[in-house]
Amino acid sequence: MRIDNHPILDFKRGKEIRFIYDGKEMVGYEGDTIASALHAAGVRVLGYHHKTGRARGFYCAIGNCSSCLMTVNGKPNVRVCVEELKEGMVVETQRGKGELK
Amino acid sequence: MKYTEIAVVGGGPAGLSAAITAAKYGAKVTVIERNDSLGGQLRKQTHKFFGSQKQYASVRGIEIADILESQLREYNDNVEILNGATVLGLYEDGVLTIEMKDRYIKLKPDRIIVATGAYEKFLSFPNNDLPGIYGAGAVQTLMNQYGVKPGRNVLMVGAGNIGLIVSYQLMQAGVNVKAVIDAAPKIGGYLVHASKIRRLGVPILTSYTIKEAHGKDWVEGATICKLDENWQMISGTEIDIDVDIICISVGLTPLADLLWQIGCEMKYIPELGGHVPIRDENLETSKKGIYIAGDVAGIEEASSAMVEGRLAGLCAANSLGYIIEDFEEEKQDLIEQLDSLRAGPTGEKILNGLEKVTKVIAGRYGYVD
Repeated sequence: MRIDNHPILDFKRGKEIRFIYDGKEMVGYEGDTIASALHAAGVRVLGYHHKTGRARGFYCAIGNCSSCLMTVNGKPNVRVCVEELKEGMVVETQRGKGELK
Repeated sequence: MKYTEIAVVGGGPAGLSAAITAAKYGAKVTVIERNDSLGGQLRKQTHKFFGSQKQYASVRGIEIADILESQLREYNDNVEILNGATVLGLYEDGVLTIEMKDRYIKLKPDRIIVATGAYEKFLSFPNNDLPGIYGAGAVQTLMNQYGVKPGRNVLMVGAGNIGLIVSYQLMQAGVNVKAVIDAAPKIGGYLVHASKIRRLGVPILTSYTIKEAHGKDWVEGATICKLDENWQMISGTEIDIDVDIICISVGLTPLADLLWQIGCEMKYIPELGGHVPIRDENLETSKKGIYIAGDVAGIEEASSAMVEGRLAGLCAANSLGYIIEDFEEEKQDLIEQLDSLRAGPTGEKILNGLEKVTKVIAGRYGYVD
């Protein structure tokens, strides 16, 4: 859900950016983080806790809390709340602690 | 190994003000900022500031970020900005280690100004880890920086200034705020903010807490409950609220990890939000050459963070031997600005806290000769 009308801010959407989320093609905009693009598309669950398996979303959105870790282009534990969205990125829901390949 | 005269950790209101001031007096400054943009949390603050003209009163935070950034860029010859750069550690020999775009950098500064800010506190209740439970500041970032709505219906937990301001901004973004609750018996934030959202029909329930969140993979509702005078839940007073977002706004705490690591003397001061470093009136910590400014020195507002930044920048440049003709006058002016920002009932609490950690520090030791 994007904000369309705002009394103070004027959101100039940059160009469309295509990326892959768990095998599905999705669209965000230039200036998005991975988390903001996913949230706008209705995706809230970003990973699952490595012990309890409970769903995880972001909490702080500024790179502090590490609640939003996902696997991006094969690299695990990326804080998607501060990672800029780029064309062609492959973003995956992370289960467990992640493995460096 | 890179070398600089003054490293400023954090490019928010305090860090930018520190860097501008130090660079203005001739010091070579390196600003290390983990985001790709400068301005820190100012970038999401759409409300107008209080204070006086010197702290940009009645200007919106987002505009102040632009003002500070362009001021900093006036001193390009003296300033290096590392964006997308996270400080990983601060070691005994005064070396900062930094991760920047997958590169590992070591930086050795003569002085360090730590302006890392704060992080949002959390609250314990059943199901508090469900996606959809976000920090109020996080929701502000999502909306005002990225133009994305967090959800449809929000429960705001905490009626301090951030809770009240973000509630209003949620409504500006077209999101429904079902209620603002606070465990305290009265509203913590300024009444001018509270009145604004009450006029729009949002109930502010004091002596209420969140009992639990509902949902399987994300928030599907919440139960709130009234508290008695001993802050205990009164059974039978539960109310179920249909929300898909719960915002937690129960205060901030200083992001002081680097100060702990380098061994600054720290003290737990509830009035300042948690553990903060002992400092003198120049904002130098118990470690020689390590200065602080902004929320890491104690939770306050961006206005005082900017003044503290200028003070730390001024004193750090002075200690390096840069000739500042009106140093004492400048310093006194900044101290007076801080005093006037801290006048009033909210300031009283902060002053109480500061009294416990501000003192003359004798026999300082550190990595600086």
